[in-house]
Amino acid sequence: MLEVTALEAGYGHSQVLFGVDLRVGAGEVVTLMGRNGMGKTTTVRAIMGLNPPRAGRVVFQGAAVAGLPPEAIARRGIGLVPEGRQVFPTLSVRENLVATAANRAGHAAPWTLETIYALFPRLRERAGQSARTLSGGEQQMLAIGRALMTNPHLLILDEATEGLAPAIRAEIWATLAALKQRGQAILVIDKNLTALGRLADRHYVLEKGRTVWSGSSGDLSRDAERVRDWIGV
Amino acid sequence: MRDRILLLLLLLAAIALPWLAEAAGSPATTGLATRMAIYAIAAASLNLVLGYGGLVSFGHAAYFGLGGYAVGILYAHWRSGEAFLGLIPGSISLPVTLGAAMLAGGVSAAILGALSLRTRGVQFIMITLAFAQMLFFLFVSLKAYGGDEGLSIRRRGEFPGLDLRDAAQLYWLCLGILVLWLGLLRRVAHSRFGQVLAGARQSERRMAALGVAVYPYRLVAFILSGMGAALAGALMVNALRFVSPDMMHWSKSGELMIMVILGGLGTALGPVLGAVALVGLEYGLSGLTEHWQFILGPILLLVVMFARGGLMSLVRRLLPA
Repeated sequence: MLEVTALEAGYGHSQVLFGVDLRVGAGEVVTLMGRNGMGKTTTVRAIMGLNPPRAGRVVFQGAAVAGLPPEAIARRGIGLVPEGRQVFPTLSVRENLVATAANRAGHAAPWTLETIYALFPRLRERAGQSARTLSGGEQQMLAIGRALMTNPHLLILDEATEGLAPAIRAEIWATLAALKQRGQAILVIDKNLTALGRLADRHYVLEKGRTVWSGSSGDLSRDAERVRDWIGV
Repeated sequence: MRDRILLLLLLLAAIALPWLAEAAGSPATTGLATRMAIYAIAAASLNLVLGYGGLVSFGHAAYFGLGGYAVGILYAHWRSGEAFLGLIPGSISLPVTLGAAMLAGGVSAAILGALSLRTRGVQFIMITLAFAQMLFFLFVSLKAYGGDEGLSIRRRGEFPGLDLRDAAQLYWLCLGILVLWLGLLRRVAHSRFGQVLAGARQSERRMAALGVAVYPYRLVAFILSGMGAALAGALMVNALRFVSPDMMHWSKSGELMIMVILGGLGTALGPVLGAVALVGLEYGLSGLTEHWQFILGPILLLVVMFARGGLMSLVRRLLPA
C-alpha cells in the first residue's frame, strides 16, 4: 500500500532524512520508532508532501506521490493525525468532523458521524462544543475521528499518545486495536514498546535519519535490548 | 430563544425608524440610517473574507465603487439613449442596475481574487490595495463618466411597487436587502463551505493534510464578498444620487475594515454594529468639530484595546446568558 524507499528530506540547509525505508501493507499496523530528532515527524511530513522529499521514492497504492501537493496526496487516501493534535479550535466538534469529511474511494460502509460517535462516545457528548474547550485526550480523539471521516486507506498517527494520561492512552490503544480489526492499515509513530508490540505487525526504527532496524513483533521482543537503546526508553 | 426575540425587537425598531424620526422632528435621521444599512451590507460582505476567511483584503472599496459606477454608467446611457459599448442599453430599473452591479463586482472579484489569492499575508494586503488603486485611477481618468468629478444622477432607480424618491421607502428597501444578505451570509458561514473557510484561516496546511485545497473555497468567498460590496455601492449611489472615484479610494477600504474590526470579526452581526457605530460617530462628531477624526481615533483605539472581539463581545458581556 505504502512503500518508501531511500527517502531523503530536510528543512532549508539542514538535511534530516538520509535514507528512510519502510513499507505498510494492506490491513497492516506498522510502527515507526526512534528518539526525538531522529526524523520520525519529518518522514511523515515528507510522505504527506508537507515537506517535499529531496530524493527517494514514495509510492502509495502503486503510484509515485513524491512531489505532489499535500491535498493531492491526502485525497488519494492518507488520513493524517498530526503531532500535537491540531484540531480546528474555533469549530465545534461536529464541524471539525464534517468539514473535511469525504468518501473518495467510495467505501460501501463509510465512516459517519454516528460510527465515529460510537467509537468515541465522549465526542457525542461534546458535539456542539468548540474544539478548543476539549481536554487533550478528547482533542486527540477528535483528530483521529476527523482523519477517519476522510475514509482513508492508510491512517497515520504521529505521537498519538504523547502527553496523555495513562487511562486515555489505554483508550486510544484500544481504539487502534478495534480499527485494526476492521482491516484499517495504520502507521503509528510512538515510543510505547509494550503497547505497540501487542498492536502492530511490523516495526521500523529510525536513527539519525536512516532506517536502522526493522522486523516483526516477534523480532522486536527478541531484539528488545537493542531497540530500547535506539529509542531511548 | 431570547436572542431571537431581541433580534426581532431590534428589527421592528429599525422598521419603525422613519416614523419615529418624523415624530421626533428629525427626518434626516432616515437618510443617516439608510447609509448605516448600506455600509452594513458592505461590511458584512468584507467580513466573510476578513473575519471568517482571515484574508485581509485592503481593496474592497474597488468593488463598492464598481457597484456604484454600474448604476452611474447605466443611468448616463439611459439619459443619452446610447447603448453602453454599443451593446448594453442604459437603465434606471433598480433590479437591473443592482444585478449589473453585482455581476460587475463578482466578475472583477473573480479576476482580481484569482491573482491575489496566490499570495499570502502582507503580500495579499498589498496586492489587493494595488488593484483597488489601479481601478481608482482608471475611473479618475475616465472623462466620459466625469473623471475625478464623478457623475450626478438626477433620478433614483425605479423599483416595482416602491417610490424611491421617498426617503423612508428607500430606507426600507435597503433594510430589507440588508436582512436578506445577512441571512444568506449566515447560511454560508454555517455551511460546510464556511467551516472549511474558517478552518483554513486557522491552518491552511492542516486543511491540505486532510485533502482540502483551500484556494477554490477562498476564491468563492472572495467573489461573494465582492458581489456584496458592489451591491452596497449600487445602493449608496442611489441614496446619494452621485458617484465618484472617491468611493474606490483606499481610505474607503480602510473604513470598511474598521467597521468589521470595530464590530467584531467573524460574527454575524458585528459588521452591522460596526457600520452603525462608525457612521453614527462620524455624523455625531463631525457636528461637534471639523477635526472629528481626532476624537474618532482614540475611540477606535479604546475599543480595539479593551474589547477584543469588538462591540459584539461588549454586547455579549452586557447580555448575560
